[in-house]
Amino acid sequence: MSDGRSRTVPRRAMTAGGRWVGAPVPRKEDEALLTGRARFIDDMEPVPGIRHAALLRSPHAHAEILSIDVSKAASHPGVYGVLTGADIAAGTRPIPSAVRVPIDYYPMAVGKVRYAGEPVALVAAGDRYVAEDALELIEVEYRPLPPAIDVKAAARDDSPLLHEAVGSNVVHHRTFRYGDPDKAFEEADRIVRLDWTFPRYSSTPMETYGAVAQFEPAPDRYTIWSNFQGPFILHALMCGALEVPGNRLRLITAPQSGGSFGIKQGIFPYLVLLAAASRLLGMPLKWIEDRLEHLVGSSSASNREDAVEAAFKDDGTLIGLKFFNTVDVGAYIRAPEPASVYRMHSASNGAYGVGNIHVDNRLVTTNRLPIGLNRGYGGPQFFFALERAMEAGARALGLDIAEIRRRNFIPKDAFPYRAPAGSLYDAGDYEAGLDKALDLADYAALCAERGRARKEGRLFGIGMATAVEPSGSNMAYVTLAQTPEERARAGGRSGGLATCTISIDPSGAVTVKTVSTPAGQGHATVAAQIVADALGLTPDDIDVVTEVDTLTSAWSLASGNYANRFSSVVIGAIGEAAQRVADKVRAVAAEDLEVAVQDIELADGTARIVGVPERSLPFRRVAARTHWHPAGLPEGMAPGVFETAIVSPPELGPPDDRDRVASAVTFGFIYDLAAVEIDPGTGKVEVKKYVSVHDVGNVLNPLIVEGQIVGGFAHGVGGALLEEMAYDADGNPISGTLADYLCVTAPEMPRLTIGHVDTPSPHTALGSKGMGDGCSMLAPVAIANAVADALGREDIDPPFTLNRVWNLAAEGGGAG
Amino acid sequence: MKPAPFEYCRADTLDEALDLVAEFGSDAAVLAGGMSLGPMLNMRLARPAAIVDVNPVADLSGIRLVGDAVETGALCRQADALDSALVGDDVPLLARALPFVGHFQTRNRGTLGGSVCHADPSAEIPLALATLGGDVVLRQKGGMRAVAANDFFAGIFTTVREPDEIVTALRWPRSKPKTGHAFDEIAQRHGDFAIGAAAAVATVAPDGSLAAVSLGLGGIEDRPLLANLADFVGAPATARTASEAAALAADLVDPMEDPRASAAYRRQLVRVLGARVLERAFERAGARQC
Repeated sequence: MSDGRSRTVPRRAMTAGGRWVGAPVPRKEDEALLTGRARFIDDMEPVPGIRHAALLRSPHAHAEILSIDVSKAASHPGVYGVLTGADIAAGTRPIPSAVRVPIDYYPMAVGKVRYAGEPVALVAAGDRYVAEDALELIEVEYRPLPPAIDVKAAARDDSPLLHEAVGSNVVHHRTFRYGDPDKAFEEADRIVRLDWTFPRYSSTPMETYGAVAQFEPAPDRYTIWSNFQGPFILHALMCGALEVPGNRLRLITAPQSGGSFGIKQGIFPYLVLLAAASRLLGMPLKWIEDRLEHLVGSSSASNREDAVEAAFKDDGTLIGLKFFNTVDVGAYIRAPEPASVYRMHSASNGAYGVGNIHVDNRLVTTNRLPIGLNRGYGGPQFFFALERAMEAGARALGLDIAEIRRRNFIPKDAFPYRAPAGSLYDAGDYEAGLDKALDLADYAALCAERGRARKEGRLFGIGMATAVEPSGSNMAYVTLAQTPEERARAGGRSGGLATCTISIDPSGAVTVKTVSTPAGQGHATVAAQIVADALGLTPDDIDVVTEVDTLTSAWSLASGNYANRFSSVVIGAIGEAAQRVADKVRAVAAEDLEVAVQDIELADGTARIVGVPERSLPFRRVAARTHWHPAGLPEGMAPGVFETAIVSPPELGPPDDRDRVASAVTFGFIYDLAAVEIDPGTGKVEVKKYVSVHDVGNVLNPLIVEGQIVGGFAHGVGGALLEEMAYDADGNPISGTLADYLCVTAPEMPRLTIGHVDTPSPHTALGSKGMGDGCSMLAPVAIANAVADALGREDIDPPFTLNRVWNLAAEGGGAG
Repeated sequence: MKPAPFEYCRADTLDEALDLVAEFGSDAAVLAGGMSLGPMLNMRLARPAAIVDVNPVADLSGIRLVGDAVETGALCRQADALDSALVGDDVPLLARALPFVGHFQTRNRGTLGGSVCHADPSAEIPLALATLGGDVVLRQKGGMRAVAANDFFAGIFTTVREPDEIVTALRWPRSKPKTGHAFDEIAQRHGDFAIGAAAAVATVAPDGSLAAVSLGLGGIEDRPLLANLADFVGAPATARTASEAAALAADLVDPMEDPRASAAYRRQLVRVLGARVLERAFERAGARQC
């Protein structure tokens, strides 16, 4: 792509088998992104007369709102209107939640504020500068209340309450048993227990939230342009809050999103707020969240106060697991929570054959920012428990940390494997992955290096971690939050629909609509590869539209971009639609060339007779004829080409009455190994080596796979070493700027060695698996395990920042 | 993150700039590189009535030799100082400190004078200037004065600059023979403000003893701090002396505490960084391997 004007993908980019899928096709998206021509939400002015909104946010973690005086702000020159939470509450319904507790959640504080950063008032002005000037003129009288910040303390009976009507801050509590965990723990030779705090960290994409909302009357309807990423199941909740049927709330996503990693799910309450405000004020409103707002008011992963118990036999066999999860959901329990604690639930055995599992989940409201999707969604926390326990177990039993995993892996001939809590693992060869990782790390040499370092008194440690990677979510897994009886009363739920529309216009040009709202993942490139293979064209011939318009796209509840669903589910819809188009074009060509349809192949931009390539017709002309000459089409064929495929993987059934559910379509596999050295003088953790081996099924595009792995690794390294969305004891955010909330930058990135042991998935059309979460789930625990090994102690909590690690090292320990 | 309203005043000459700061006094903020002022305006932490943009003032640029000092104009960009052979040869401590200042993008815009006026306690340029015993040159209408760096910094983001004064230049004493310099810092990430920083200058006598030694510490207290190491003059320029001197400095400091680091951790950084930079300075001054 050295020639700036040409985007032609060279033929040598194809695989040896002459296919685009699997080849390192350069991303179609990059030229526009790299030359500044890509269009994002802030570039969009879809309607005239847009006013700019700014939000006044609470300076208190917990306070009663005694009064709000907006008169000065409202009369400020350039201000078009001011709204408070009371105005919004009068004009909307509370946003529904999956957890049935008496919490009225509005997108703006009503009566009291429950986290520092919660919206309190909205100003609409001619520009954002004036809007912010007017925010300073709003007079709010607060009566501060004692806050509930620490999640364990918040769960106690004597804690200040966030939602008085609930009567407790514990908004959800369920216990699950699979197999016979109590018996397993009685029969164990060795039980290890670990307690830890998992930090709250986030996604911090370059582009923050942004939206334009417009209300139009007669009939009442809303249109919202935004960088919302889905899942579009939230559309139903927004409709509920705005009291309109689905076809009167039109959500349109921007052509490009400047990164998400999950967090742009959490924009949805702001979309409700802006829609309602547009109606109340009678003007279209634009709001572009700034970085200060993003760090206190968007969303984040949950912080947790968890414990795990693992029961082992002397030979290292893992026979039982008990998880005790205490999840800080923040001030409100927003959809799709409590999903973060249920996403991994039906794979609670991880990569191991253990059959006896106990899970205790408590979700607790605190005076912190409400949580939501963040890369790995629930995975980093779950694998922190499981994989810390495996290494603590290995040390307790005197076993090697790789060997204890090898002895417990699900064997490769056990696939497809039904996990105790219901997941159906599609394919894998975990032991081969482990061997590959040890080989790439030169594990024996690394252990020798550790031995030498320790003789010299240096703090050197090795840690590992392994994960299964659930991808393509079952919309029903969230209903594990309900008891089987509650689920039965609520009616059935299952599946995870993906849609794709492929059309060929009268010029014969192909357009693919994926409704997959990518945020940088390269969906357009991979969709073009898939369709090019099916139609005998090149990826350059295929234009791909990835955004969603709920009024004109074929979409469904699961549409959007999350849970690695593109390469696990969406490709199925793309492939199905492409096949239908191919069949139609072949049928037209067969009639023209007077041969049977099975004798027609699509290749090199033509429809031609198999074995007689000179008897061919241009693909475009054949396809265009479906528009220009319907009467000349084969008997019974519908004119035009406009194929919409809607698929729901058959594996995704409803939860059963024993709380088992197949939560995802594919289960990739990851094996990570980290070696660290700690400077006892400064507490600096240096990651000396990091190896990550992946099973992503069939690789659709190796360039994109590598990019995803590196990105997930960076996210995980940030969580391990730097990032924490911290609050002080009074609930004041103390990481409210990017000088305080420290994301990894290039110099902090350790060198990453990537390996693959890929086993094709029988559950997907192309044998691929989802793979976007990747090392974001494992880097925190792999590095934690290495730190524990280096320090010779198990009581360690990330992030492993300088002062914290220096304290741990100075307190003693030091592995011997 | 939009600034409160302000008046933008562009000064094309130093006289115009001095007129403007005289007119607005403490309501004016002088805009040099804007690497700190810009974010502070956007976050409304700084709310000046007027911004006096001195970037067009040619007199404020440049790097020149003036007597026994290298004089850098207040508007000298950090990147230009880093590229300057004069700075590299005659003010090696500054050359060693500058790579720690922000990132190359911010160094292209950020100025030496701006950093000194901003007076962040953990900033590298003020620390280098104080460690070398340099001066800050200030002008006001009809007046001029030079203030020793050690008297210029008065606390966090606070200096003795009067509201009607503009810093026009910094004066850096030229390096002497048999003198070594070293700079190091600990930050959570490269380019962040340091949790602790240390700068050392040492002159070694032909017999291997210390003829002169300075240890400056940044990020530890509310302004750049010079450790009193007078007792170590005459001591051998060895690793052992370096750690003893750093240990003494660590005993004498009264460190700040914040969410990033405790006082105990900062004291530890004085020990570790102090020993590290002193030892390197000794080596560079020609001390035998110690």
